[in-house]
Amino acid sequence: MEVFLVSLLNGLVYGMLLFMLASGLTLIFSMMGVLNFAHASAFMLGAYFAYSISLIAGFWVALFVAPILCGLLGAAIERFGLRRVHRNGHVAELLFTFGLAMVIEKVVQMSWGLLAVPYRIPALLDFPLFSVYGTQFPAYRAFMLLISALMFLAIWLALTRTRVGLVIQASLTHPEMARALGHDVPKMFTLVFASGMALAGLAGVIGGNYQTTSPSMAVTMGPIVFVVVVFGGLGSLLGCFIASLLMGLIQTFAVVLDYSAADLLARVGLTVTRSSPLGELLTMPLPRIGALLPYILLVLILWFRPRGLMGTRDT
Amino acid sequence: MRTRTDLRWIWVIAMAVALVLPWIFFDWKTSRHSGFVLTMLSEIGLMIVFALSFNMQMGQAGLLSFGHAVLFGLGGYTTAHALNAIRSGGIWFPLELVPLIGGLGGLAFGVVIGYIATKQRATAFAMITLGLSELVGAAALMFMTFFGGESGITTDRMIESSLVGATYSAPWQVYYLIVFWVFVSVALMWLHTQTPLGKMANAQRDNFERTQFVGYDPQLIRFWQFVVSGFFAGIAGSLYTIVYEIVTYDALAASKSANALLASYIGGVGGFFGPVLGATLVVLMQSGLSLLSNSWVLYIGVLFIVMVMYAPGGIVGILGHHAPIARIGRLHELIVPYVRILVPGLITLFGFVLLVELTSFVTIGATQGKKFKVGSLMIDAATAQPWMLAIGALLIGGLWLRLASRGFMRVWDGLIEEAKTLGGAAR
Repeated sequence: MEVFLVSLLNGLVYGMLLFMLASGLTLIFSMMGVLNFAHASAFMLGAYFAYSISLIAGFWVALFVAPILCGLLGAAIERFGLRRVHRNGHVAELLFTFGLAMVIEKVVQMSWGLLAVPYRIPALLDFPLFSVYGTQFPAYRAFMLLISALMFLAIWLALTRTRVGLVIQASLTHPEMARALGHDVPKMFTLVFASGMALAGLAGVIGGNYQTTSPSMAVTMGPIVFVVVVFGGLGSLLGCFIASLLMGLIQTFAVVLDYSAADLLARVGLTVTRSSPLGELLTMPLPRIGALLPYILLVLILWFRPRGLMGTRDT
Repeated sequence: MRTRTDLRWIWVIAMAVALVLPWIFFDWKTSRHSGFVLTMLSEIGLMIVFALSFNMQMGQAGLLSFGHAVLFGLGGYTTAHALNAIRSGGIWFPLELVPLIGGLGGLAFGVVIGYIATKQRATAFAMITLGLSELVGAAALMFMTFFGGESGITTDRMIESSLVGATYSAPWQVYYLIVFWVFVSVALMWLHTQTPLGKMANAQRDNFERTQFVGYDPQLIRFWQFVVSGFFAGIAGSLYTIVYEIVTYDALAASKSANALLASYIGGVGGFFGPVLGATLVVLMQSGLSLLSNSWVLYIGVLFIVMVMYAPGGIVGILGHHAPIARIGRLHELIVPYVRILVPGLITLFGFVLLVELTSFVTIGATQGKKFKVGSLMIDAATAQPWMLAIGALLIGGLWLRLASRGFMRVWDGLIEEAKTLGGAAR
């Protein structure tokens, strides 16, 4: 029970972090048809910017400044890069962001070094908030939950209560119609791209010191966010939200449950060792397979239900 | 008919160059081949096959794959296991035919992976291949029997059976084996573009609804194209195993897939021979630049982005644009405009490279106790001058390049316009 509760909380924290990354990506992907490979790079840049800023001005300044920097970068990428590549089709746009992700990773390596940087949790939040059955729950995780919940609320309000949000919603499902009605859809693109990157940057600021801030964090996070977006479905923020939480929970629980298929077979009286046929696969403990689960899910969903969980159209 | 004979000459010239090239770097004093050059040439050869097999999907069938190295790597693993079995089992099987085993391995995995991936096309296909690439990559680190975990599978190419009596202990023998297989594979892939399957792959790339309408199943076309491409990727992976005698996780990792993508795209995915150029260039950059600089991946990445933005046809595309001007015999008029953009271009490049190297030196090089030297000139990265120089060159060069390229485009557009009217009149 205690393992369950703690894992549930951790899964929730991780899921909300994923949602901050994935929500922007879903909006960009649905509106512009661009699967933005550089999205996870913004997550990484957010963490690195926050590290550098927090050395000079402290964490709380970084919390605001780093996402803004990422957003500005996003706006520049959309305005001067993507818009130019746009006329060569979606594949060219995909390749552009792919190259960008590669370059950003190298730039991070040469600016901050090849190894992880010591980006730490602010001292103010470095205490256990409460303990569940003897396991302490750090205050910082609660803070992460709070920030991401606030973000979710902000996105939701912005999309449903503001005029710009309504136009964005319209161009999610009917981009041509929104354009025909005289709305400046390219400007919406820049706005959405910039705010998506800013959100990813914010996720980096609060996620970088929760995990580790290293040049490989974009490569490890990138595919998982893609999985969430595809799983949740195009054009659906709710689907994206559910998929994020699900993915967070799956990954957290897979690490905790130290069983393998062989243990399950042992229950029904079949003994499997490493030397029996398929033994290597069957005795593989779940925590190790857990890393594979998102990709298995991705392949399955694209195979059987390309529109994802709550998508309105095929990927 | 003229182009047909031209092409035939290109094959003969390429063959002659490939055969002679190692002897240019032959050290007559010690009568030894340069090991570095031979390895690099072998790498170019196998990358050409790999990039061309990638382009069978990307260029020919319009399928952008982020996991092409999976087929390459699995072909390599198959070869390593086959070589080990041949050695330990004492089976007579000539090394010359071993790449065929790798090819069949690639083909077999191509059937499995292709069955899953080619259900979709466009972005969904790209996503599935990305997922499968991550999946197989992670599995390679987990499962010991087939993949050997992190240490990979080692093997020995000296299996003492050969059709021509070679032992393959010397790298030059391996190089000629690779030259043979590269030419066979390239010729086969070229012939494949002329088959009905190759043509239909083009058709479903350009208009897949219409392909369906005429009675073909685009999904089936994609599947077979994928499988054939897997065969050649497997051959490339097999050659890789024969050269290095080890296959590790790196052979099927995402970065290897990215290499195929970069090589094909920089060379040009539109035509057949683009990836050949691209693969050669990328390996040269990889082997040459990596000796000089830590940041060679950055340079290739920036080159790739510039290509995607300004020359989506790749190098071959750029050359192709000159064809109409060459036909009216006005190519020489472009020399002066080219020099005019070359000068600011070089200044910009200089500024960019200096900036990258300075930054990279301060972060990585200095901690490794290295010194920043250009020839005999020592550069002190702690002073402001080199930084000012780099930023200045980048800004001035960039602005100048913008201005100069406008002038270039004016001349260019004029010539193209004339070529069009003249071409029309001739017709």
